[in-house]
Amino acid sequence: MKKETAKTLRAFAIELVLYALLVVAYFFLVLHLLGEWLYQLEVQHRYIYAAVAILLIIGQAVLLESITTFLIRLIRGRSE
Amino acid sequence: MFFPISGAHISPIYLAIVGFLIGILGGFFGVGGSFIAGPALRLAGLDWNFAVGTDLAHIVGKSVVAVRRHRAMGNVDLRLGLIMAVGTIAGAEVGAQAIQMLKRAGNVNFVVSIVSVVVYLSISTFMMWESRKTLSSPKGRSQRRSGKGAVSRKDHSAFGPVTRAIQRLKIWPMVSLPASGIRAISLWMILLVAFVGGLFSGFLGGGAGYIRMPSMVYVLGIPTHLAVGTDLFEIIISASYGTFSHAVKGNVDILIALVMHTGAAIGAQIGAISTQYFAGPKIRLAFVPLPLIGAAIVIYTMLSGHKL
Repeated sequence: MKKETAKTLRAFAIELVLYALLVVAYFFLVLHLLGEWLYQLEVQHRYIYAAVAILLIIGQAVLLESITTFLIRLIRGRSE
Repeated sequence: MFFPISGAHISPIYLAIVGFLIGILGGFFGVGGSFIAGPALRLAGLDWNFAVGTDLAHIVGKSVVAVRRHRAMGNVDLRLGLIMAVGTIAGAEVGAQAIQMLKRAGNVNFVVSIVSVVVYLSISTFMMWESRKTLSSPKGRSQRRSGKGAVSRKDHSAFGPVTRAIQRLKIWPMVSLPASGIRAISLWMILLVAFVGGLFSGFLGGGAGYIRMPSMVYVLGIPTHLAVGTDLFEIIISASYGTFSHAVKGNVDILIALVMHTGAAIGAQIGAISTQYFAGPKIRLAFVPLPLIGAAIVIYTMLSGHKL
């Protein structure tokens, strides 16, 4: 039982490190580039900004969920 | 990190950690977590209007992640969630109108604070009584022993007789919810529960999962695991509506929401997966401190005069 728990925790720690690296890259590549464009959109076209905001957050949710699921499968070799 | 839309300087690590913690709560209890996210964003220096709107956007993303995970475990009743979304949006509009009326009367802060403390304390007290009584009953003890895979369409509750009486009310039209194991229940009952949840959402702010999730269990008789998953699905719809409305009014900094969501995405999955290790009454008992935290924040705000 303890061995199983240690294995799960180790897999989770690896997953967190990989996830953190991906997220840091994401911060600098995507959010940094998007910042100015979103700011201009928010100032000039509020309705379009509102729609884009919802699409962005849903899109990111689907993307990150897929990445974490992929990482879990990759590290543990099975589906959760 | 500078966020040009709100003009705020906030550490992305702080935002990701806040998102992660709220994600765990959301995935496990089916709540938006606004009572923590709002004050946490305020502490980071964000204006109150941006804190409310941005939190709603982050809730949408977090709920999408948690719902995908809950759906894989069979914990989402799509039909129920869609019906409830209609009642929630209507209730939220009425709640927002009530706030406007109180603003004009000049006593909005006092009334909202008192109502929220009473509601939070009532929910906590009732759920503590019910879950403890259920866990100490023979059926509750057998459910408690079931451990992993405790997800069940038969979720025992000490409040069960009242729930069954509500289910027996034949007010046309009746709808069946096979995913939740309910043969027939009045559509009006579902809409009423959703409307009340929406009313509190519009009146007190946030997603009002603290009132909707328990209402689904105790009034409609939805098993706890399904109530958590379905509430999150319903939150996606109502929070998207709220996000759009706030974004049009200039209250959403989507960049902050996206950064918060990077932490929430993993927290929500941990929370959702964790539900399968706990029986329904245990999840309800663990839920008890959440409204108390909300009440404590409101009482602190009232006594100190600081708006968190």
